[in-house]
Amino acid sequence: MSDYRIEVDRGRCTGIGICESMRDDRFEVDDDGTLVIHDDVVDEDERAEIESIVLSCPASALKLATVVG
Amino acid sequence: MTRLVVVGASLAGLRAVESSRRAGFDGEIVLLGAERHLPYDRPPLSKRYLVGEAEADTWRTEDEIRGELGVDLRLGVAATGLRPADHVVETTDGDVRYDRLIIATGASPRTLPSLPDLDGIVTLRTLDDADDLRRRIVPGSHVTVLGAGFIGSEIASSAEKIGAYATVVEAAPVPLVRAVGDEVGAALARLHPRNGTRLLLGTHIAEYRGERGRVTEVVLSTGEVLTTDVVVVGIGAAPATTWLEGSGIALHDRDGGIVCDETLLTSVPDVWAAGDAVHWPNAAYGRTMRLENWTNASDQGLRAGANAADPEHAAPYATVPYFWSDWYGHRIQFVGVASDEVEFVSGGPDGDRFVALFTDGDRVVAAATLNEPRKIMKLRRLIAERGDRAAALALVNPELVTKE
Repeated sequence: MSDYRIEVDRGRCTGIGICESMRDDRFEVDDDGTLVIHDDVVDEDERAEIESIVLSCPASALKLATVVG
Repeated sequence: MTRLVVVGASLAGLRAVESSRRAGFDGEIVLLGAERHLPYDRPPLSKRYLVGEAEADTWRTEDEIRGELGVDLRLGVAATGLRPADHVVETTDGDVRYDRLIIATGASPRTLPSLPDLDGIVTLRTLDDADDLRRRIVPGSHVTVLGAGFIGSEIASSAEKIGAYATVVEAAPVPLVRAVGDEVGAALARLHPRNGTRLLLGTHIAEYRGERGRVTEVVLSTGEVLTTDVVVVGIGAAPATTWLEGSGIALHDRDGGIVCDETLLTSVPDVWAAGDAVHWPNAAYGRTMRLENWTNASDQGLRAGANAADPEHAAPYATVPYFWSDWYGHRIQFVGVASDEVEFVSGGPDGDRFVALFTDGDRVVAAATLNEPRKIMKLRRLIAERGDRAAALALVNPELVTKE
C-alpha cells in the first residue's frame, strides 16, 4: 500500500484558500498569501477527500503525488 | 443505458460531469458546450490572461474528458430549447435525448439597448471576447470601462498594468453596493485613483461617437468628452436561459434565472441546474439567492452531478458564499452575504489592508478583506458555524484578546 503526498506548484498558487475552507487542519494561507501545508502525507483513507480538494483548486496548483514506499 | 446530458461546458458543467462519475454514475454522459473551446477557467480572462501573463487554463485535455471521464463531448453545440415531456434538449445540432439533465448555461453580459453599432464597444465573458480585448488594449491606448463592478475594475487594473489609460464610468454614487455594501464598496473604489485610474461616479455615457464605424469618443453626462479606443461594458450579467422560455422550467420573474429546490432540482422532474443561473434556497442563510462566482459554480456543479447520479440520496446544497478579486496587485476577498451593519475591525477604508465584518444582531454574516488572506477562510468557517462578533474579533485581532 502506498502513501501520497500533497504538492503545491508555487508558481500557480495565489492563496485563494478554497483548500483551507475544505480542510483547515491541512491547508492554511499565510499573511502574505503563501499556502502552508500542515503534514503533506496522505494515506489511502484520506485519498478521495484530498483528491477532491486538489480538483477544487481554482489555480490548479495542487497535486497528489504517489510516494513509492 | 441511462443517459445524463449536461448543457454548458464551463466550470459548473465540467464539475457536474466529474462529480457524477465519482458518485458512481456509469451510464452515458453527453456534455454540450456552445463555445468551440474545451472547458476553461474564466476568472483569469480579466486578469492574468488579459495582460498576457497566462495562457488559457483548460482543466482537462480532450482525451481526459472523452477517455477518463467517458464523456461524449460536443463543442460548438448550443441548446436552443427543451421538451421535458419528450426528455429532449433541442440544439443547433439536432435533438438530444436525455434521461437526466443538468443545466449549467451560466450567464451572459448585460448590455444596453441604446448602445450604437460601433466597432470597439465590447463585453468580456468568453475566451474569444478576451482575445479580442487583448488586441484592443495595448500600451498607450485609451480604455473606457462602463461599470465599476468586479469585472470592470479588474479590466481597469489590467489596462493600467499594460500601460493603457483607463477611465471607469459608473452610474451609481458608490459601486458594488449589492455585493459588498456601501462602506466596503466605497473603500474598494478608492483603489482606482490610488493606482492611477480615473473613476467617475454618478456619471453615465450620454453619447458614443465614431468614425468609419469605429468608436472614437464618448460624451459623459457631465459634458466631458473622452477620447477612447475601446469601451468595455461591464454592467453585470443575466442568466443565459432564454432557450428555456416556454419549456415548463420555472424561471425567476425578475431575471429569468432557474428556480430550484434545495437539492438543485428544477421544477421539472429529472432536470437539475448549477451555476450562475440558479436561484435556490440557501439553508446557510435561510433565504433564496442566486450567486455569480467561481466557488459557487464549482460547488453547485459538484452537488448537482452527485444528485443527478443518485437522485434517491439527493443532498441539499448550502454555502457561505466566497469570491475574490485582484485589483492593482491587491487581493480582495469576501465571504458571506452583506448586511447593513458593517464595521472595519482591522485597518480602515483608506488603507491597503483591512478586515470589515457584517453582522445581523450579534451574528457575523459576512466579512470583507483587503490583503488579509490568512484571515478570510477562518472567518468563512466562523460564519458557517454561526459565530458571533466577539469570536470574530478575537480571530481578527488575537493580540487584543485579554488573557484571563
